[in-house]
Amino acid sequence: MRLKIKDVMTRSLISVPMGTTMREVQKLMREKRITGVPVVDNKRLLGIVSMDDIIQALDFGYIEEKVEDHMSSNLILLDEDMPISFAIKYFDRYRYHRFPVLNKEKELAGIVTTRDIITRLLWEINNEVDSLERENLAVASSEGISIEHQVYPVRKLDFENAGHASTEIKKTLKQSDLFPRTIRRAAIASYELEMNIVVHSNGGTITAQYFPDKVIIIGEDSGPGIENLDEALKQGYSTATEWIRSLGFGAGMGLPNVKSVSDDFSITSTPEKTIVKSTILFSENEKKNLDKRS
Amino acid sequence: MVTIEQVQQKLNLKVLTMGEGSTPISSAYTSDLLSDVMANGEEGGALITIQGHKNSVAVASLIGLNTIILCNGRLPADDMVEAAEEESIAILVSQENQFTVSYKLAALLGLCN
Repeated sequence: MRLKIKDVMTRSLISVPMGTTMREVQKLMREKRITGVPVVDNKRLLGIVSMDDIIQALDFGYIEEKVEDHMSSNLILLDEDMPISFAIKYFDRYRYHRFPVLNKEKELAGIVTTRDIITRLLWEINNEVDSLERENLAVASSEGISIEHQVYPVRKLDFENAGHASTEIKKTLKQSDLFPRTIRRAAIASYELEMNIVVHSNGGTITAQYFPDKVIIIGEDSGPGIENLDEALKQGYSTATEWIRSLGFGAGMGLPNVKSVSDDFSITSTPEKTIVKSTILFSENEKKNLDKRS
Repeated sequence: MVTIEQVQQKLNLKVLTMGEGSTPISSAYTSDLLSDVMANGEEGGALITIQGHKNSVAVASLIGLNTIILCNGRLPADDMVEAAEEESIAILVSQENQFTVSYKLAALLGLCN
């Protein structure tokens, strides 16, 4: 999710020109149920009249005077191409409820509120969940062979749910007539990859792809990457902290274990992404068993 | 053939959950490193360890261990026992250390010649 401010901001703006009175703005706020109105001159933002400004005007008796004399003009502006994380930081830092947003031409393009961001994030999360669920359904490959495909999210330092993906993968494999030895190898590969994501990464996914002659298990995370790949593949090398070791992890056996149970093993790692792929082939006898069944 | 129940009685272990008590224990592996257990534990075996948390149950279930013996009187987190009940894995607690439990269990399984 790389959302920018322009993806979440409100574009249909209610604004007023110079010369409008504070009273008129107060009416507008009540009618449109809004709490801030930008003052604009030919698309240029001059200031904002907030609910606070209106209360002050009522208190001090200048509600009939013009907006340009009493609006807040010392504004914090955001750029529409900024990531929304930036806006969230600004909401934390300043106690404003809204920020005006400018486009590249420095014209007023919209206004962003915390509500805009929350609404959009909820929408994105729902979409994400939907697409994960869709990926879990069987998809037919181009050759017409049915390939089962499962994706499990794995969260950083979530020891509570650790092992869930591997357990599910093992259950799926157990439903076929595979040899216990093959299921065990797949369980070891998926468990170690899952724990690596829990212990070392910012979070990621475990994917299992089921083929008629093999199962492929892919561990993918969103960083921070493995600094020394050669070392990480040696037994006993670990970057885990004391706390993680006390739980029985970080023994420096994870990747070597995956490698030793895989028929084919590959790993790529950058600071943004690490992908480990373990392929476990079925033996000829196993394939016969599977054929008989189907 | 020695069952989980027999091991529990002979070694005087406290029962937190019995799993399938009449199942035999075929071997055992002693380790506190879960990756090590994953690589070397055998199906139908017992795990002798001090790791009293849910992840030990996950490992046991994945490679088919039917019993976890926690040593030095370690009491596990509640969610570990719950997880073990779901997976029908026995959790037994010994006051003794891993070495002592290991050789006693080895003798019981007839592995000492």
